[in-house]
Amino acid sequence: MKEANGPVVRALSDGLSWVDQRLPVVDAWNKHLGQYWAPKNFNIWYYFGSLALLVLVNQLVTGIWLTMHYKTSAAEAFASVEYIMRDVPWGWLVRYMHSTGASLFFVVVYLHMFRGLIYGSYQKPRELIWVFGVVIFLLLMAEAFMGYVLPWGQMSYWGAQVIISLFGAIPFVGEGLAEWIRGDYLVSDATLNRFFALHVVALPLALIALIALHILALHEVGSNNPDGIDIKKKKDENGKPLDGIAFHPYYTVKDLVGVGFFLLLFAFIIFFAPEMGGWFLEHDNFVPANPLVTPEHIKPVWYFTPYYAMLRAIPDKLMGVLVMGGAVMILFAVPWLDRSPVRSIRYRPMLTKVLYAIFAVSFVWLGWLGAQTGSTLQTILARVFTLYYFAFFLLMPWWTTMGETKPVPERVTS
Amino acid sequence: MSNEGVDQGRRKFLTGSMVVVGGVGAAGAAVPFIKMWEPSAKAKAAGAPVEVVVDKLEPGQLLQVEWRGQPVWIVNRTKPMLDGLPQVRERLQDPDSENTDQQPEYANNEYRSVKPEMLVLVGICTHLGCSPKFIPEMTAQPFDSDWKGGFFCPCHNSRFDLAGRVFSGVPAPANLKVPPHTYLDSSRLLIGVNPEGAA
Repeated sequence: MKEANGPVVRALSDGLSWVDQRLPVVDAWNKHLGQYWAPKNFNIWYYFGSLALLVLVNQLVTGIWLTMHYKTSAAEAFASVEYIMRDVPWGWLVRYMHSTGASLFFVVVYLHMFRGLIYGSYQKPRELIWVFGVVIFLLLMAEAFMGYVLPWGQMSYWGAQVIISLFGAIPFVGEGLAEWIRGDYLVSDATLNRFFALHVVALPLALIALIALHILALHEVGSNNPDGIDIKKKKDENGKPLDGIAFHPYYTVKDLVGVGFFLLLFAFIIFFAPEMGGWFLEHDNFVPANPLVTPEHIKPVWYFTPYYAMLRAIPDKLMGVLVMGGAVMILFAVPWLDRSPVRSIRYRPMLTKVLYAIFAVSFVWLGWLGAQTGSTLQTILARVFTLYYFAFFLLMPWWTTMGETKPVPERVTS
Repeated sequence: MSNEGVDQGRRKFLTGSMVVVGGVGAAGAAVPFIKMWEPSAKAKAAGAPVEVVVDKLEPGQLLQVEWRGQPVWIVNRTKPMLDGLPQVRERLQDPDSENTDQQPEYANNEYRSVKPEMLVLVGICTHLGCSPKFIPEMTAQPFDSDWKGGFFCPCHNSRFDLAGRVFSGVPAPANLKVPPHTYLDSSRLLIGVNPEGAA
């Protein structure tokens, strides 16, 4: 075999072994791709992890290119974004890729999180993966919020005003803290500059580090699957799980199909509906920031509206802020709140399925309510759904132990 | 490397003291990075008082001026507007302005103003900092069927009466703020400065 190889192949192979003696390239490849045994029964829900990585790369690349023309100053920021849109060659495309990517990042991440929820992917031994994931979600929200401030339109300005004021609700230190975050007595040039620094340098670095931890922790314990069973229990004589297949080439190729569908949708939005009727880019943000006039109807971008609806539903400043923050923080506790003996929704009682379905509907409905003006009926609905959201998580230790679970199979199904 | 003959106590002491000294150093080094986020000297200097001529203000009219980058409203209230104030008393959180942070002593009265008709307010909602809308009409509104005029915040539906007093059952926790202000003479108002002798 060695003799049959030509000089080029031999040179490449020698080169690889030279590097490999100095850096564990082959080892890393095998551990994370070539011999990473993923369950063979992944379904459509398992696309969203790799898609999130794809959107991350999109955001990093388009973001770097946008900074080449963006001006970080309250006086120039708005005009520089319009300059990118109108005068910079292809600037409109890169800007729309970035703004649409932000919304799709949340689409993908929300679906990814829901997958974890229905298949019990956070249960032992995957608690840390979930915890890192919630930190990523938090960082992503901070990243998206600060990014939305940069174009310095009306929604940028008043969104920043409202979100920073949330910190002002904390007793005693709140006002000082809000001032420290703004760097001024009002949202101003100082605020814009620090948000830019955080948005383009600090938070992306933190995000990348957390994503690395998320994946390393996943590859340490192995992936869960729609049946929620441990494939490592049944191994062949070589120690390879009988229900496992190599991530590469099987899932790299499968994920490429997902990438294809995703890019189709992505391109369609960029070219035909980049503002998504005001859901991705709000109409009021095409008006330059004016510190003296609040827009008639102020609301966050769609991915924050479920939490915003909760904030608005509570008729008390501090309680509203606590509820809004608590709604995200409670996710950290999920691995310890769920007491069900089975992971996957497939083998859980009917009660669980019904509660999950109501949860999904109420969360989406909250998202819709958060974008409305808030009539009396809407406020009542928001209160009901907020109550359900918290009851769903806080009562988990009880309802996850209620009802008959179905027998879990030994091997994965189809 | 052999661990024989090592003075463990001494080693622990050295490790401990290094952690303490290093920790103090790190905390000290963090100070400039935290302090750099505070308002700069330039931002602090930008809060100069603003002078406004108010005698051209028609009854019922609102004039908005900018002070420290924030909207400040001056409303020349009509007689019916002032008469409407006691009618909403029961629906207010703090009808007697007991929260003394929200107005200077000289504006702590029935009308929350120095001159009864002239209302001076910082136009920033005490909830999350939006600027409420001035809705002077004393007729039913979509958000309140018994509206006697006042301010409505579009962000989270907080409501205030024509003295800037907050209604009950809305997210805003306090009345709108009355800024320090002084009448220099019958027509000139200086915003940002207390009258001489007042705290």
